[in-house]
Amino acid sequence: MSENKEQQRNSPRELNPAIVNIRPSGIRKFFDIVSEMKDAISLGVGEPDFDTPWHIREEGIHSLEKGRTFYSSNAGLLELREAISDYVAEKHQVQYDPKNEVMVTVGGSEAIDLAMRVILEPGDEVLIPEPCYVSYTPCVKMAYGIPVPIALEAKDQFRLTKEKLEQAITEKTKILVLPFPNNPTGGIMEKEDLEEIVPLILKHNLYVLTDEIYSALCYKGEHHSIIEFPGMRERTVYINGFSKAYAMTGWRLGYACSAAPILKQMLKLHQYAIMCAPTTSQYSAVQAIRNGEEDVLRMRDAYNERRRLLLYHFQKMGLDCFEPFGAFYVFPCIKKFGLSSEEFAERLLREEKVAVVPGNAFGDSGEGFIRISYAYSIENLKLALERIERFVKKLQESNHGLV
Amino acid sequence: MREKILSIIEKNAKLPVEDLAALLGEDPEQVGAEIKAMEEEGVICAYHTLINWDSTQDERVDALIEVKVTPQRGMGFDSIAERIYQYEEVDALYLMSGAFDFTVIVKGRTMKEVANFVSMKLGPMESVLSTATHFVLKRYKDHGTKLVAPKKDERMQVSP
Repeated sequence: MSENKEQQRNSPRELNPAIVNIRPSGIRKFFDIVSEMKDAISLGVGEPDFDTPWHIREEGIHSLEKGRTFYSSNAGLLELREAISDYVAEKHQVQYDPKNEVMVTVGGSEAIDLAMRVILEPGDEVLIPEPCYVSYTPCVKMAYGIPVPIALEAKDQFRLTKEKLEQAITEKTKILVLPFPNNPTGGIMEKEDLEEIVPLILKHNLYVLTDEIYSALCYKGEHHSIIEFPGMRERTVYINGFSKAYAMTGWRLGYACSAAPILKQMLKLHQYAIMCAPTTSQYSAVQAIRNGEEDVLRMRDAYNERRRLLLYHFQKMGLDCFEPFGAFYVFPCIKKFGLSSEEFAERLLREEKVAVVPGNAFGDSGEGFIRISYAYSIENLKLALERIERFVKKLQESNHGLV
Repeated sequence: MREKILSIIEKNAKLPVEDLAALLGEDPEQVGAEIKAMEEEGVICAYHTLINWDSTQDERVDALIEVKVTPQRGMGFDSIAERIYQYEEVDALYLMSGAFDFTVIVKGRTMKEVANFVSMKLGPMESVLSTATHFVLKRYKDHGTKLVAPKKDERMQVSP
């Protein structure tokens, strides 16, 4: 009896339910199935297939050779912050002070987490257009906020419309997340689309977290940001990074720009939790942002070719797909085959050994879709397309058989 | 459109016209016609396969020969060039600026074969003043393609 009590006293106490109850990413589950299959062709990755351009890698190597292996200032190398400030000013004609309004983070992901924790008080609501990248919802929960999904639709090309936004706003709404160009849909918000929602944001006095990590990969005109509109700079956390534009995912380097009062608080969290982003990565990033534009354009053109190739073949094989103009994903609809996203993805994997990600991994409104990444060589895509076509044909035939 | 077509087929000649047109966002018939026209005009000269012979059983040697010549009155270098490039052993011939005049790239089955070509054919030519033969020991990259250690996709198979 006394032994039992002793045991009870020593058994570990409960962990924080706010964290324990967060669902593990739906992608994780699928990852486990795929990794059992050694010979599968994957179209499932969310990162570029290009190597980081050599001149950028070389700069990192050079910094190591010179022994530049110390901490940088908390906000990041001033040289890099100045380059970021110039870059944003050139792209969007919006000025951020490199000393007080720009910070370098460990990937864009860190900046998302910081912004949520700085802005949210317990019970505040955050509007999250879905389908979207998997980390907004957990980050809101970790900041004791309440995530409120807005279900975007294929008929709107997965844009956030004024109507949908208005319907979702309540008195508790504090942040609107703008994840465009979008992972997983490839959807974008054009200038006119942003223009439509700005008055609502101002009217309801919302903060905006704009995650523009795919800004360099836009295939229809120039990419525009919400920060370009009057009144938005003061209430927006602009997040971008080096991963997608310069093929630098593993370097873990992103940044946030925001008005000084917000950024100051984000920097404080970063200072205590992270200290500073990796210095080697920061030296490489200076080279990337100052001299990498040509590489960005080269890679963007390559993605664009693959994008068009996929759309052409999907259309030919009868796979419904709206034309996505951003990132490196297409998001075809598979509803007509009478399978769920997960069933479709799992059967495609087992029967034809092609890995794609079920759309519902990016939110409930992704159900009925699959995410296909075109961060692969043309040869690889062609091989995968043949298999997908065979699979789709088989499904079509068996469906007809039922009728 | 021509430049776009060329920049793609320069790296991948095997792409069907249908796919080429799709990824350029152009009409397949037009793309096909354009390619045909470029073939006829000599813009597209030939379709080759880049082979890494080092990975086969076949033993081959490549040599790069620097050649100094005396240009001929009225003909400059062209007539000498013609006499050199007619040889089947010559894979490529370039007129150069700088310390020598021609680069001759010769493909042979053995070093002896290349040596014979230089000593019996190229060297004795009237206008050839001197030659310097360099053998290729290893190919790392050719035509923009890395030949050593083919790249493996090391990314995780699925990621957000």
